[in-house]
Amino acid sequence: MSELRELYQEIILDHTKRPRNFGPLASANRRARGANPLCGDRVEVFLDLEGDVVKGVSFEGAGCALSTASASMMTEMVQGKSRAEIEHLFEAFHELVTGDPSRPGEAPPELGKLEVFSGVREFPVRVKCATLPWHTLKAALHQAATPVSTE
Amino acid sequence: MSQAGTATVGTSLVQRWRADFPALGFHGSSLAYLDNAATAQKPAAVIDAVAAHDRQGTANIHRGVYRLAAETTAAYEAARGRVASFLGAKAEEIVFTRGTTEAINLVAASFLRPRLAGARLERNVLITEMEHHANIVPWQLVLEELGGRLLVAPIDDRGEVVLEEWQRLLREGVALAAFSHASNVMGTVNPAEKMVELAHAQGVPVLVDGAQAVPHFAVDVRRLCCDFYCFSGHKLFAPTGVGVLYARRELLAEMPPYQAGGNMIASVSFAGSTFAEPPARFEAGTPNISGVLGLAAALDYLAELDGAAVAEQEAALCRYALAGLEAEPELSLLGSPGRRVPVFSFTSSLAHPHDVATVLDSVGVAVRAGHHCAQPLLERLGVPAAVRASLAFYNTFDEVDRLFAGLARVREIFG
Repeated sequence: MSELRELYQEIILDHTKRPRNFGPLASANRRARGANPLCGDRVEVFLDLEGDVVKGVSFEGAGCALSTASASMMTEMVQGKSRAEIEHLFEAFHELVTGDPSRPGEAPPELGKLEVFSGVREFPVRVKCATLPWHTLKAALHQAATPVSTE
Repeated sequence: MSQAGTATVGTSLVQRWRADFPALGFHGSSLAYLDNAATAQKPAAVIDAVAAHDRQGTANIHRGVYRLAAETTAAYEAARGRVASFLGAKAEEIVFTRGTTEAINLVAASFLRPRLAGARLERNVLITEMEHHANIVPWQLVLEELGGRLLVAPIDDRGEVVLEEWQRLLREGVALAAFSHASNVMGTVNPAEKMVELAHAQGVPVLVDGAQAVPHFAVDVRRLCCDFYCFSGHKLFAPTGVGVLYARRELLAEMPPYQAGGNMIASVSFAGSTFAEPPARFEAGTPNISGVLGLAAALDYLAELDGAAVAEQEAALCRYALAGLEAEPELSLLGSPGRRVPVFSFTSSLAHPHDVATVLDSVGVAVRAGHHCAQPLLERLGVPAAVRASLAFYNTFDEVDRLFAGLARVREIFG
């Protein structure tokens, strides 16, 4: 039961109920879609990329608490970041949610409040939920034409 | 919620049934397995039959002249007879497959394809809106290749097929009609006899997908008058990887092979080959012998149970679960069919199906969440995903209560 509380922390529930940066972005010059059809999760990420830096970012979609909160918190986190910084965050976040649950390590400081997603590693089937927005963001950065999926 | 007055079958009888299923004892009270529509647990009789076959010596069927091979062949063919009597069919009308999916693919390849290739006027396949992907996609592949349309009879808001539409669409050049006997999402039991009758009135052959029906009620293909009937063993307390296609003898006799290889031939030369009579014609290669024996053991096991008590327990559980789910204001049940099997899909206004399923898992309740391989149906119902709880006769009122307790926990977390 405590694992469940670890998973659904207040901040995650708050972002689920009141997602930030939700809706299309008028100034977007990049966008990508992600979908996990088996779950029914789908997300679209909008990016306003100026040179190498994210000037604006938003998302839209429908999904579970984890995918929605992950997308919402991701948009807050990557605002103003460079491509390289985002790639680094992507790797760090991936490591956070897929790491060995028996060896909980310190979350790297640059992840900031994304650390609340560390509970996901106890629920391997839910990793795809938390990572879908990040893969979609990466696809937007790379201007991938085909929708991404983490299933 | 009180169980008073709902338990009609003695608790001790249910506990005796549960004792027949080692997996239920293995997990004890830590698991309420409510995902029976996905696959069912296996009784010891099935596990033992499979193990006995391997332990006491296996041999390939229809090949050896030695005693063990003859015995294995006899057991395999006896299992075919066992399945035939289960469905009210003849042994030569029973083809063993990997499951329902392969049975439907077999009919698509060996019945629909030749019919469409024969330049008939009837070029369409009629299904219903509630079909599982396995009763959609195999038809689509053939229709796309040979030209023809997939016609879809709508369902009403209760989740029942609109029979007037079914009847009307049957006149639209239909080469084959196919529908599920029971819905894997809403639990709807379709009026199969009526639907077959309407199809036959238009001269349209019918396949009935019985995957979700046979675990819950007796089926007689002669009474149904259907042309094809199929089901999976693993949902019927038998091993995975074995299923059944029933087809009327006259149809099987005309159908070309599905797959080619050993066992299905009469003679082979480099100039050409001739094929065995049905059903061997449709069983290329070494079949799932131990699985087939396990399926026969499952049918024997079910036949030995007190059928009336099983039906009573299932019906009581079904009423109890339905009443409890309907009473929760945040839940929306998909469909409210008049006749149903204990399969319930629902959404919550508080949480996504996957979050509900994760919370339920944390209190030891196993349910399914997702699109249940019926994306077009969920789209029709306007939901991307749903939670599904599906019961078997070995489930208990306590387990249904555990489901309700888990849903209360969902309210605590997400409310």
